Amino acid sequence: MCRLFSLTSTEPMSPMKAIEALDMMKEGHDGSGIGLFLSDLDGPFSKFKDLPILSGIFTRDGLRRLEEFMSGQGFIPKHMLTLDAKNDPPPGTPRRETYLVQVYEPPASWQYLDQSVQEKKLTGIRLKLRHMGEAEGDMVVFSFWPDVIMIKEVGDPMEIGTYLGLDREEIYARRILAQGRQNTNYGINLYACHPFFIQGVSTMTNGENTAFVPIKEYLSSQGVVGYEGYQSDSEVFTHILHFTLKELGLGIEAYKHVITPLQESDLAAHPDRDFLHKLRQSCRRLIIDGPNCVIGCLPDKTMFMVQDRKKLRPGIVGGRSGLFAFSSEACGLDAVVPDRDKTKDFQPMHLDTVIVSPDCKEVRTCRQTQPLPLQH
Amino acid sequence: MQANAAVTPSTLSVQDLPWQIHWDRYTCTLCGRCTSVCPVNAIELGVFRKREIATPPFGLQEKPSSGFNIYYGIRQRTDPGYACIGCSMCNMVCPNNAIRTVKSETADLLRFHRDRGGQPRTRGGRRNNQQSVLDQIKFIRISMLTDPALDAGRHEFELKTLIGRILSPAKAIKAQQEKGWMPPVREVYPLLIGGMSFGALSPNMWEGLQMGVAYLNEELKMPVRMCTGEGGCPPRLLRSRFLKYVILQIASGYFGWDEIVHAIPEMKEDPCAVEIKYGQGAKPGDGGLLQWHKVNQLIAAIRGVPPGVSLPSPPTHQTKYSIEEAVAKMIQSMSMAWGFRVPVYPKISATSTSLAVLNNLTRNPYAAGLAIDGEDGGTGAAYNVSMNHMGHPIASNVRDCYLNLVKLGMQNELPIIAGGGTGKNGNLAANAAALIMLGASAVQIGKYIMQAAAGCLGTEGDRCNICNIGRCPKGITSQDPRLYRRLDPEKVAERVVDVYVSFDIELKKIVAPLGRSTSLPIGMSDALGIADRAAADRLQIKYVV
Ligand code: SF4
Ligand code: SF4
Repeated sequence: MCRLFSLTSTEPMSPMKAIEALDMMKEGHDGSGIGLFLSDLDGPFSKFKDLPILSGIFTRDGLRRLEEFMSGQGFIPKHMLTLDAKNDPPPGTPRRETYLVQVYEPPASWQYLDQSVQEKKLTGIRLKLRHMGEAEGDMVVFSFWPDVIMIKEVGDPMEIGTYLGLDREEIYARRILAQGRQNTNYGINLYACHPFFIQGVSTMTNGENTAFVPIKEYLSSQGVVGYEGYQSDSEVFTHILHFTLKELGLGIEAYKHVITPLQESDLAAHPDRDFLHKLRQSCRRLIIDGPNCVIGCLPDKTMFMVQDRKKLRPGIVGGRSGLFAFSSEACGLDAVVPDRDKTKDFQPMHLDTVIVSPDCKEVRTCRQTQPLPLQH
Repeated sequence: MQANAAVTPSTLSVQDLPWQIHWDRYTCTLCGRCTSVCPVNAIELGVFRKREIATPPFGLQEKPSSGFNIYYGIRQRTDPGYACIGCSMCNMVCPNNAIRTVKSETADLLRFHRDRGGQPRTRGGRRNNQQSVLDQIKFIRISMLTDPALDAGRHEFELKTLIGRILSPAKAIKAQQEKGWMPPVREVYPLLIGGMSFGALSPNMWEGLQMGVAYLNEELKMPVRMCTGEGGCPPRLLRSRFLKYVILQIASGYFGWDEIVHAIPEMKEDPCAVEIKYGQGAKPGDGGLLQWHKVNQLIAAIRGVPPGVSLPSPPTHQTKYSIEEAVAKMIQSMSMAWGFRVPVYPKISATSTSLAVLNNLTRNPYAAGLAIDGEDGGTGAAYNVSMNHMGHPIASNVRDCYLNLVKLGMQNELPIIAGGGTGKNGNLAANAAALIMLGASAVQIGKYIMQAAAGCLGTEGDRCNICNIGRCPKGITSQDPRLYRRLDPEKVAERVVDVYVSFDIELKKIVAPLGRSTSLPIGMSDALGIADRAAADRLQIKYVV
């Protein structure tokens, strides 16, 4: 079972912090991979808050094709960071040519486009690059979005962190999701590494989504740009969240009602029963089954954790004002926020969604049996 | 037989018949129960003449002599019109086990003579074919790696399904916010009792099934539903609170519709759904056929016809220009009849044109689902040739339809109800689970419930299957009180409950190890494997050996 760790903080933090936490939980991952989602960036990237950042891994050919393609689209490179490794890669990690983080300025004509159109276009470009890379094997693209960096690699998280020098200040961030991968069911593939990302929505999961195939079939037929790929059964969690937020216009509180709806008796007693009943029926195809703990970050930088219906996966949230962390195990929390009030640590159960807003003031829990906030 | 007896083309020997009666002279008490119970008069009292040699006691002068002895017993008739159907009722009633049926080991020659009078054979039952693709399917995706296994006995399960048009999430939210019309949706147990009409089943059988269903709902909280079949519904049921457990079936011929229309103002509850029957898997292209034997006063009254006439389903009404139009109009008018509060869906035979029907329905906002009946479905009366050679297997048909919905992005929006041969070899839960994972939202059974709940003797080996002539030896499909008195409705109800509860356990035993428990695994095709390459390719499931 993979180990998950995320932190949300008012101060920029080094991604190595999260990796240290993963290292504490080392028993739980086999060193088959690490994935990082960094947002609310500090340092040089904070100057380009609104410009999309491309993260990926490229060969020399890939870089050339990337440049050609992006300039063809009218994108102008603004700032670039490459994670150049000085040493040999740790055992099990292939040597790659360039880990690239590149800020682009979109073509001038974009400023007249609607926000949603821009979002779709950015997604479209990421997918186009991904497809080009899949065909030639020279580009792997994880995200293309303002204020988001994603790094994924095969190997032990700590070793990779050191190898890629992930403690550099340029990539300090206030929201970090990190996963130490335990490869289980599918082949090792960079795209299969959590967290997954689409249009500002990112989630990671530990567990096994047994409803993967029907959900995948449903999502990929909805005509939404970006619902594809699916190298991992957990990728659909990200897309369901995206679907809930962007396609249905519901809030994070509704997410749990989509993936693990209340059962009949609880529903009957719920103040929003009519709405929830309809939601349960119409989103029935998105119900997850099997044990899963989902941790994620929303476009507004809110961080959350939800559990499956039976709460078969561990998950704990804790911290202090200004810094909160979500972790698979308490030892992960101890590694990063040792000075917290441990009595306030919270382990969400089967009805809870734990939410920490970007101000990092408090942990808010939302139970499924509570009334939903007004739907917009 | 005398050497010069008339041997006609249809003269058969006992050996030529599919079933042979073995009667034991020494244990028979000549009570006559077997002959009186035999539904087809295949056996009769026989008078046998036997030559006996009398040998005088040793030492006497008399010579041995021969004489004749008469004894009485049971004779099997070989007239094709009265051939034994192997039901074994004679054995069941014999106090001494003096009589039993044995299946012939040689080819059955009777089949060449079943058409006396120029009428091809009609029968009840199913295709005479034991094979089943569903039986070959295995559930292979068992979670051994990352999951604590779910325990079928302890965990909570939510194995219900939805019948009714399900709006896409965006549309549902919009309708909810704007207080617009939402198609009615029912949450039901995924195993339905399919349409077996009040004319086809005996009153006792029907009552037993209804009682069982009511018990399951009210005592065990299992929302099991039963379809009435074509030909109306008893007036009292229509006006009772139990109507909500009933799916009313109405066929293109509108048999029994009068009774239903008249009851609408007095209905205390809406029916669960309305099923419009266009086709049946066991006799695709044939309407229902209720033969005259079974049309007694009550049935005649409910259907509004004279008693004692054969009732093939009337053709669709001339005002209906085409099947699409017929489906659309009937769905519309049935929905209207109940103020658009009741899901209305058609039932068709599985055929290569199922997809066309499905595509039409996806564009009809009032269509609440599609029931598809495969070739292995049972029937109360159909021509042999229809049953054995017409129709389409259910597995691939359901799969095609489901994948088509997936392509349209409407997966489960229009629930598919699959039927036809589910559990025909007794593997009900496995077959139903396979159909669900191939894409069915619910599964319907008919013959299985007759076999399990009432002891129907009919088999795929062409045993019994005389449902059509109203002589059902068990009283299941007979309208003759002398026969249906044999069936105790209370006991049928008890068995219905047994069947459902045990099915439920088995279904959980299947889905739990697959890691599913909070939603029915509709379309979970990654769990399925089959050791037949062609079938695997066709169904788009894994090939495993
Ligand atoms: S098995 Fe049935 S049909 Fe055959 S003789 Fe006995 S009672 Fe009659
Ligand atoms: S027992 Fe009755 S219902 Fe069963 S096959 Fe025979 S006649 Fe038909």
